[in-house]
Amino acid sequence: MFPPIQDIYRIAPELVACLFGMLIMVADPFVPRERKGAMGRLGLAGALGALVAVELMSRHAGAAMNGLLVVDSFSVFLHMIIYGAASLVVLASYDYLERENLQQGEFYALLFFATCGMGIMASATELMTVFVGLEISSIASYILACYRRAALKSHESAMKYFLLGSFATAFFLYGVAMVYGATGTTSLVAIRAAAAHATDHHMLLTLGFGMLFVGMAFKIAAAPFQVWTPDVYEGAPTPVTALLASGPKAAAFAVLLRIVFTAFGDASSTWFWIVWISAALTMVVGNFAAVAQSNVKRMLAYSSIAHAGYLLVAVAAAGAAGEESAAGIAAVLFYLVAYALMKVGAFTIVSHLGGSGEQRLEIDDYAGLSTRQPTTAACLALYLLSLLGLPLTAGFLGKVYIFQAALDAKLIWLVVIMAVTTVVGAFYYLRVIWVMYFREAQQDWTPAPVAPGVAAVMFLTAAGILALFFFPGPLMTFAAHSALSLR
Amino acid sequence: MANEGYLLSVVTFLPLLGSLGLLALRGDDHTWIRRLALATALANFVLSLLLLHGFAAGTPGYQLEELRPWIHWPPINYHLGVDGLSLWLVILTTFLTPIAILCSWESIGHRVKEFFLMLLVLETGMIGVFLSLDLILFFVFWEVMLVPMYFLIGIWGHERRIYAAIKFVLYTMAGSVLMLVAILWLFGLSGASVPGGTFDLPTIQVLLQNGKLQLPHTTELLLFGAFFLAFAIKVPLFPLHTWLPDAHVEAPTAGSVILAGVLLKMGTYGLLRFCLPLFPAASKELAPWVAVLAMIGIVYGALVSMVQPDLKKLIAYSSVSHLGFVVLGIFSFHPVAIQGAIYQMLNHGISTGALFLIAGMLYDRRHTHLIKEFGGLATPMPALSAFFLFVCLSSLGLPMLNGFVGEFLILLGTYQVNKLWATFGALGVILAAVYLLWAYQRVAFGEVTVEKNRVLPDCSPRERLILWPLCVMILWMGIGSPVFLSRTETASQQVIEQMKRPQMPALAGTRGAVPQLRDAPAGAESATAVQQGAGPK
Repeated sequence: MFPPIQDIYRIAPELVACLFGMLIMVADPFVPRERKGAMGRLGLAGALGALVAVELMSRHAGAAMNGLLVVDSFSVFLHMIIYGAASLVVLASYDYLERENLQQGEFYALLFFATCGMGIMASATELMTVFVGLEISSIASYILACYRRAALKSHESAMKYFLLGSFATAFFLYGVAMVYGATGTTSLVAIRAAAAHATDHHMLLTLGFGMLFVGMAFKIAAAPFQVWTPDVYEGAPTPVTALLASGPKAAAFAVLLRIVFTAFGDASSTWFWIVWISAALTMVVGNFAAVAQSNVKRMLAYSSIAHAGYLLVAVAAAGAAGEESAAGIAAVLFYLVAYALMKVGAFTIVSHLGGSGEQRLEIDDYAGLSTRQPTTAACLALYLLSLLGLPLTAGFLGKVYIFQAALDAKLIWLVVIMAVTTVVGAFYYLRVIWVMYFREAQQDWTPAPVAPGVAAVMFLTAAGILALFFFPGPLMTFAAHSALSLR
Repeated sequence: MANEGYLLSVVTFLPLLGSLGLLALRGDDHTWIRRLALATALANFVLSLLLLHGFAAGTPGYQLEELRPWIHWPPINYHLGVDGLSLWLVILTTFLTPIAILCSWESIGHRVKEFFLMLLVLETGMIGVFLSLDLILFFVFWEVMLVPMYFLIGIWGHERRIYAAIKFVLYTMAGSVLMLVAILWLFGLSGASVPGGTFDLPTIQVLLQNGKLQLPHTTELLLFGAFFLAFAIKVPLFPLHTWLPDAHVEAPTAGSVILAGVLLKMGTYGLLRFCLPLFPAASKELAPWVAVLAMIGIVYGALVSMVQPDLKKLIAYSSVSHLGFVVLGIFSFHPVAIQGAIYQMLNHGISTGALFLIAGMLYDRRHTHLIKEFGGLATPMPALSAFFLFVCLSSLGLPMLNGFVGEFLILLGTYQVNKLWATFGALGVILAAVYLLWAYQRVAFGEVTVEKNRVLPDCSPRERLILWPLCVMILWMGIGSPVFLSRTETASQQVIEQMKRPQMPALAGTRGAVPQLRDAPAGAESATAVQQGAGPK
């Protein structure tokens, strides 16, 4: 049976992404080698097409595919982040693929498939659909992590990601089975209803939730399931790292939020402490480990872990606030946008500065960058200051919203831990800035001129970060609205 | 509240505009970069003098206010206003910035454009801090200031500049993050009396004063602690002062001038603007401890100054001592002492700024700050030595000069509250005379001890241009103090006034407030807090 036209609209972004993915794969062999640039343009067209499709999707709110997916303002918000980040990554990777002499077509195709999986995760209201989305995005990401075939590190990255990722997905699946065993359903709304009656299966349900959380915590790089992050982020091709740091994290947070607030919304006592402990651990581990890094990609990877911790603080705040959970969820959503902009921007610059074969990845390699490429240095400084949470950047308001949600929920200790670890963050973010600005430039190496795609990403992300500070109103209203649609 | 013109916004953002103008200039066009920066700073100084014209002395509360909505939720407003407390600090900022630019005219040789850009951005941040009446806006300016200062120390500083820059930022951030948490907490608490809560300082102040918003005792202590820590680091109060000597010594002269002249004042300004009026009970309860720290700071700073072989470090530690004096005055809660503290903040900005300038001029000639490298400088450079002596005398509080007025007022007020405190304060004054005069003697008097110094040139016209205005101000503030004090008087009484809380909750405020008080979970606690807060000394 063919689904009704409304349902087609509701999965339009995924359809566009898949279609372009397949189109690129089919077209790739027929394009002569010297004209592979066309693949990049096709990829960009696909990414922008998907963004248009998100707009189309947003006009058709409602459940789709017999209740497997739903289009509400929450899923539209997440789609915006995921497809926005993917478009930026497409822009940034064109120059990278040229330089590294890598296959262009497959890269964009895989990127689209991964994004499509994340999109499904963002809309899914049913655990098996989540799992399907998770697998689609994971398998494509495993291959992407390995895309630099010649580099040993890339292999290591992909292998680790694959093995540990499969483990985590298995946990997730096991969790689905347990929840199904306890409640007899995999639909999130139905789980909530069933959990209210199934008091004799309480243990099984809690265990099931624990397993689901492990699966998601792996994807968002929350402690104690964060161990893979630095190795995978370091080894993967940098544009892929940019994607991994933004897209899957947003999608996994979408799933986590849906699970905890839709399925387990009445049982916040079950999961509150799990999230609390994980948040505290994640912030401490991420920030303190980042201090010791000398490799930029590893440093940013640990900073990703730290930010997952900040986001979990907001989740815990939303959980503790009971009926008033919207503020916490809105804080998560706002921060996810800010975070995606900062991370995609930062990794794009790292990819640009890495040079051929990604040889320049040490923080010391950036010495004197402010005199060589002042704009690049200024942009990177902006991203880092935003990650640190200084005013005039989106990161500041993001932190304010999280602090505020946590204070309203009276999570004083989490706030204190977050405040202290933020100061620790100052140390490693500022170190990069000091190397760029206070050190003399190295004589033996000059970074390549900035490619147009990279410049576009730099401009868009930097403008976004500043704009979100000065005019956060529309996005915050949207986020607050989306947060309400979760229940 | 109506918007009363745009003067405050103009004064705040003109330097930023100037820095954008600098961006348009070519990087190697040093002459025009310097000229544009100086023109901007001077224009801003003239504009800030218009504040004096618009400011009605003797009127309590904020003037020339501007209130515009900025962020809808949480409700963050763009709210500026000036009162007697901030008026002179703003003018001090606009006065010192052109001087800082002039003193960097030749000594900054590389990355000239960035340097002046940072200096102007810093000026916007500093003025914004003094004028903001919205807590988040205040915090934004407070943090924004960090970045240019970090670069100023880190790029144009001396040998250990990176260490000093990082230390400066880490210390300040450690304090300010907790302050942010406290601001948000206060916002949450204000939600009980204003729908949705407010970050607006005057509104919160009114709510606290008429008893519609009551802080439970423990909460007030914690909030006070968070704010106090941020300000105490900035002041800096012993034992949080260790960033200061490093930052001062490593910073370029302009950085030291701004740091000592304005940035340290932000700590004491914050104490007067936020800690005392918002959290009077906690302030009074902890005042003895703060005073002990301040007294340790006064004596310790002075003693360490005395034995410093490095001139710049000596001046830096003297700041610890002088600012301890200001904090002592503030925490005596006596209007006269607070009046003196405000005055002393201005004095310290001018005198210590001038001392750093002179140290910088010596450094430009000899590339060292070590006192033993100098000696007998009065012979080759009589004019500079004369300036130096004049500034030293001002800093140690010679009658007729500015330092005396502030110190006298602080001692006068403090003496009436606690004789021991006043004793320690007086000790600081005596020790200041010791270390400053001794340092001056070793630098300027006697025979020329190092041959190189014989041929050092005396003040250049540019250096005279820098020092004369400062010396005029020193003298004017010494003999013409009513001009300044008449405008700060109301503000210092206002601080005391704002610290009052209604004695009985039922008598305070309107009837509508009473049920809210009963609903407050910690009602009993807050009642005791109020009694303690408003009890007679």
